[in-house]
Amino acid sequence: MVTTNATYESLVKIVGKDYVSDQKEEQYFYARDGGLMPAHDPDYVVLPKTTEEVQEIVKLANRDKVPVVPKGAGLALTGLVIPQNGGILLDMNRMDRILKVNEKARYVVVEGGTTHGALKSYLQKHHPDLRHSIPDSPPVATVVANVVIHGQGRLSQQHGFNSDMVSGLEVVLPTGEVCLIGSCSVSSFWFSKGPPLPDLSGLFLGWFGTTGIITKLGLKLYPCKKMRDVMLFLTDRVELVPDIMLKLSHTEMVEDVIISAQPLPLRYKGTFWIMAYITGDSEEELEFKRKMVWGALWGYFESRDVGPLSVSPDMKAPLMSMPSKDITRFADVAKGGGFQYAGPITPIEKFPAFIQKLEEVAQKYNVFYASTTRLIGSGHCMMFSFSFSFNRANPDEMARAKEALDECSKFALEEGGVLWKADLDEQKMLMQKMDPNTLKLMQKIKKLLDPNGIMNPGNWEAK
Amino acid sequence: MPELKFDKTKCANCKGVNCLVKCQYMDLDKDKAKEEWQKVINGEDSFVLEACTTCYACEEYCPFGNHPFYLIVERQEEKGILPAPRPVITMWINQCQPVGRFMVGKVEQKALSYCFLPQFNTLVKGKLFDDIAWSVIFGQEFFCNAVYLHYAKASVIKDRLPKVVENIKNQGIKELVCLHDECYGTFTSLAPAYGIETPFKPIHYFEYLYSRLEELKKLVKPLNIRAAYQRNCSARLIPETDHFVNDIFGLIGVKRLEREYDKENALCCAEIFRMAKGPALADDVQKRNIDDMVKAGAEYCVFNCPACWDSLADKVAKRGIKPIHMIDLCKLAIGEEQSLKLPELAVEV
Repeated sequence: MVTTNATYESLVKIVGKDYVSDQKEEQYFYARDGGLMPAHDPDYVVLPKTTEEVQEIVKLANRDKVPVVPKGAGLALTGLVIPQNGGILLDMNRMDRILKVNEKARYVVVEGGTTHGALKSYLQKHHPDLRHSIPDSPPVATVVANVVIHGQGRLSQQHGFNSDMVSGLEVVLPTGEVCLIGSCSVSSFWFSKGPPLPDLSGLFLGWFGTTGIITKLGLKLYPCKKMRDVMLFLTDRVELVPDIMLKLSHTEMVEDVIISAQPLPLRYKGTFWIMAYITGDSEEELEFKRKMVWGALWGYFESRDVGPLSVSPDMKAPLMSMPSKDITRFADVAKGGGFQYAGPITPIEKFPAFIQKLEEVAQKYNVFYASTTRLIGSGHCMMFSFSFSFNRANPDEMARAKEALDECSKFALEEGGVLWKADLDEQKMLMQKMDPNTLKLMQKIKKLLDPNGIMNPGNWEAK
Repeated sequence: MPELKFDKTKCANCKGVNCLVKCQYMDLDKDKAKEEWQKVINGEDSFVLEACTTCYACEEYCPFGNHPFYLIVERQEEKGILPAPRPVITMWINQCQPVGRFMVGKVEQKALSYCFLPQFNTLVKGKLFDDIAWSVIFGQEFFCNAVYLHYAKASVIKDRLPKVVENIKNQGIKELVCLHDECYGTFTSLAPAYGIETPFKPIHYFEYLYSRLEELKKLVKPLNIRAAYQRNCSARLIPETDHFVNDIFGLIGVKRLEREYDKENALCCAEIFRMAKGPALADDVQKRNIDDMVKAGAEYCVFNCPACWDSLADKVAKRGIKPIHMIDLCKLAIGEEQSLKLPELAVEV
């Protein structure tokens, strides 16, 4: 790897001196995320503005054999954009334009650094009948990074992973070519990421930036109803939770289903909080959906195993906010700013076993825990978070949280789950368990696309 | 452990059986009511124990102050009847569990009880509370625990209430202004019914407001408004305080509208029914109640209880009636602003 002043000067020529840095301040900031993975400095931090600049940077990186790590807001918490081998940290945030919205085909095309917050605001202002699936990460999370990690959002119960909602890509390949993926490769419309063509989006989604840099993204939009409400139900019988999720999903009336479990504050202790979100264009439509939801759970209500909790206006405001503020509140519950979770994607029948493991591990490692589960698809799977908060100023607490997370991830894998946005250790676990031919196929794809191995090295690398 | 002081002989001599005959949610004639009530007294199975909505009204209907509702709660618990789903009860028991956190202001001999209701932090402002605003107790350690009457958990009340009384006493409080009917009802009805002595004088906040308004009379400008009064469940424990509504309204120029569902025939906020019996009954009661307010020509709905506010404020607002808490109403009369308002809900999608 060559990292010289020549590289720096070349980068300055590409993006201008204001948008490249090799200074300690930037290196420190871009060396870490909010999670538990060790920091590692990049050599350069670069903020491109155009696809052409990204292309030039990638060509330069190939020339100098310098790693390139594309980064959104760095909120995955699992170290996916920590530059393991240094090199160029490509901060995509200047590429933040919302390029077009097609109201009739219900999609938007955004640049690679556009944030969810900006897209939400834009749609509210200019296209109030349309919405996208907002994840519960802070609003600075970028749309592209979220789909690259197969994130989920407020519409995932109905429409699957946020990456399932992608409708086209523009990618700068690791060798510098620009490639259009999906309908946009043969049409001016960005309505499909694959069908009826071979779906090549899978070469980039879920790869954590190791196979290319997404510079434009088409994303499906969905009808935005005028009204929204949340219904809250509690149960103390963990074994009922999978069936409750299925019953709610069966109504086909619920846009989002979230289950939370945590021991503190005391009101949460011993019960599972099930939130079902509904939308409607009129009070009548909402009321109809409320009745359907109640009807789905009526048997459990009569047996006194499930009960509603009235949601006061003060309580409702945070529950309705998108993204949820409660998750970031939990992030600092241990007072010290540390928070990380393992969020395996898993069949919903595993909920009771996962809860049991979470409680067991939290006790074993003496860490504060919480769990948030989101139903994905019509009961096809769920994201179950083993969440731990910790004080960053307490290395012992951080070590215990990391051990707890690793044990949970191992357990989730043994139980048939698949680790989501896996950190380096978890990627190793996944690749060890993966069908060998699948792993070989991944390696062939990676080698084919990135012959010099410059893209986000360390990730998805089988040793 | 405190025991309920229930006098069977009072019921034996009762001709009206008002506790059940007047019940708004059961349809019993005197004979059937007598028969069923006897079963309750004897500790036998009675459909009454299952059908009870826990509206508290029978406490008011009993002319002898014999605490029929408290007996129902005892019997429900003895028989393991769950008036609400178990996890909801569990949540309430855990939420209000004493944890040794005494949240107190600069407490003096006369103090305000916020009970465990944070809304009072918003409401208690301005001249009405000039001389007492800092003398406050709040939190689980001072929580009156009457809510467990809704959940057939008299045992929790009997376990926790004596400690709460002790905690208040230990603060050196001689006079406690209760900002919630449930607190005042606890100290003047529930505690005596269980033989728990309260070594301080409970003062209902209506009485406090009335006397403060008298003191601030020069500032009072009649509001000249028509209001429906939303009576809450725990007002049934302390009907003797109802006259203060008229007294206060009289001082500040508010007309308490005559309507079908006020006073003894009041409908509570009904949100507890949603947990107990499901949405149909709760929605029906709320609709009848608000329809009645509209029919009476209410400009304002005056709330006494923060829980009623949480349940009904947005619903009355949607019908064109302004929701306001009694404290805020008094503030308006002396030229101050309403503090407790409906939050802007994040309804955007």
